[in-house]
Amino acid sequence: MIDKKRIRNWILTSVSIVFLFLLLAYLNKHASSYVIQILNVTAIYIILTVSYNLINGITGQFSLEPNAFVAIGAYTAALLTMTPQEKAMTFIIQPCISPLNHISIPFLPAILTGGVVTAILAFLMGIPVFRVRGDYLAIVTLGFGEIVRVFATNLIPLTNGALGLKGLRQYTNIWWTWGTAVVVVFFIVGLVNSSYGRAMKAIREDEAAAQAMGINVFWHKMLAFVVAAFFEGVGGGLLAHLLTTIDPRLFTFFLTFNLLIMIVAGGLGSTTGAIIGAILFAWGSELLRWMEEPHVIFGLHTPGIPGMRMVTFSVLLILLMIFARNGIMGRKEFSWDGLFSFINRKVLRRA
Amino acid sequence: MAAILKTEGIVMKFEGLTAINNLNIEIQEHQIYGLIGPNGAGKTTAFNVITGFLTPTEGKVYFRGEDITGLKPNKITKKGIGRTFQNIKLFPEMSVIENVMTGFHIHRKFSFFEAMFRLPRFFKDENKMYHEGMELLDLVGLTEFAHDQAGSLPYGHQRKLEIARALATHPTMLLLDEPAAGMNPQESSELMDLIRKLRDEMNLTILLIEHDMKVVMGICEWIKVLDHGEEIAEGTPEEIRNNPRVIEAYLGEARKVA
Ligand SMILES: Nc1ncnc2c1ncn2[C@@H]1O[C@H](COP(=O)(O)OP(=O)(O)O)[C@@H](O)[C@H]1O
Ligand SMILES: [Mg+2]
Repeated sequence: MIDKKRIRNWILTSVSIVFLFLLLAYLNKHASSYVIQILNVTAIYIILTVSYNLINGITGQFSLEPNAFVAIGAYTAALLTMTPQEKAMTFIIQPCISPLNHISIPFLPAILTGGVVTAILAFLMGIPVFRVRGDYLAIVTLGFGEIVRVFATNLIPLTNGALGLKGLRQYTNIWWTWGTAVVVVFFIVGLVNSSYGRAMKAIREDEAAAQAMGINVFWHKMLAFVVAAFFEGVGGGLLAHLLTTIDPRLFTFFLTFNLLIMIVAGGLGSTTGAIIGAILFAWGSELLRWMEEPHVIFGLHTPGIPGMRMVTFSVLLILLMIFARNGIMGRKEFSWDGLFSFINRKVLRRA
Repeated sequence: MAAILKTEGIVMKFEGLTAINNLNIEIQEHQIYGLIGPNGAGKTTAFNVITGFLTPTEGKVYFRGEDITGLKPNKITKKGIGRTFQNIKLFPEMSVIENVMTGFHIHRKFSFFEAMFRLPRFFKDENKMYHEGMELLDLVGLTEFAHDQAGSLPYGHQRKLEIARALATHPTMLLLDEPAAGMNPQESSELMDLIRKLRDEMNLTILLIEHDMKVVMGICEWIKVLDHGEEIAEGTPEEIRNNPRVIEAYLGEARKVA
């Protein structure tokens, strides 16, 4: 019975993914480059929110790491894909340090290395932080974000300072972004729905009781943090090769703040919610960007107010925290079984 | 018979307050051992010392002859000591069956890579955890609530769930902190049957803190009485019932000794 359902769900999931990629293929061919760009950004947001939610929502450890980790992934991958000639042309203030100045590797190993470097840094950060109880993680990750920004600005032979890295090849396309997003969701949902995920949720719900279950709280917080870091680093690499230009201003705390809005709006602790939050934010902020520009609507001039987007999002977050703390999904997840029982209930009620 | 759990001269001080002063417990394998005393006597503190949630100011805890003093709680659970909490500590937003399955985590047979890649061993072991979890729920009579949120269960059921969850860690010794609190007479009589069954059929040793004297006198084979952190008596239920010091200690408090 359970196995039959599992096979049905597996087929439904596979069909949906095939359908998603057919749709993307169609859009890739016929949609404007503007729409394709938003689609790419949507997928990168999904990668980041689903990872961020693992540490923040599933394991319940309030963390403010994404901007730092995305930056590290982005810089690492970019420095690895740039050719020696490109580096020589980009690093005009001071030359790029050796051996990076004559290293160049393909895109996939470069973004994976970005993920690994980020994961290693997360691990080192986790050792002191997860040894003690309490909300040090938020403070440490926030501080780390600043450190990364200062390094990115001042460590000129490594990062080219405020000028950033320019002229990256645009390796990232719709297949890379959505392919990675699907893989990340697959991995993290697998982890969350396993014994490991239950251990992480147990830590969120009651740390002492989790210990009484024999769970090593330190290692499971670490596992969630390092896995999140790896995928955030990979997301950073994809972002760098989508935008083709990165500089320190791209990775300010606003990035983390935006991701926080996405996962809270979607429902902290719900992977489904994280995905919904990412989609709504990516498309919603385009709508708001339009509102920031001056328009003539039915003969009325609306002035463009720059910065309206940030204000709107901040107000939205405040309203969410007051009136809808659980977000769209709460801690519920989408499942085929849930969908069918929902449809059944509706049909039965009507019959 | 060998002592499975032994404490030697446990002293637990909190700043000025001495919660336990020189506690010496010796519990034999397969015994049902009661720890009683008025509120604030230091019973829960003794549990916290044994299970590693507190490191004693002085003294030692031995489990099967091994010094486990000051080990982390998760290490002690892995050695085979399971416990419940007086102030219920379930995972309230997880389902009842998930709560129990959490206890199996230390016995998992797959790595987190196998979970992420969803390899066969992951499915097989998850299935096993689910079925064994359902068996434990059946044992404590919570099968019908398996998919409800743990936090939504009535009080008495939550206490039973804590027992099932502790059993999932495969303990050889179980520490129950006031398991009958909040249960009606019928539930506490079922609880007594359950505790006996755990001892007889699952070969567990039980250390029980309980205020319900009917339960304590009904199932314990040996009882130790604490008052203000001091041991004031120990013996069989019969001896404890008639001990003048015990009666006196309890007199201030609702005359619970029947
Ligand atoms: N973590 C702690 N910090 C300070 N005092 C504590 C702590 N835990 C228990 N106590 C104190 O120790 C004494 C014994 O408490 P407890 O062991 O809970 O008693 P019992 O379980 O017998 O009712 C009480 O006076 C209590 O206030
Ligand atoms: Mg107590």
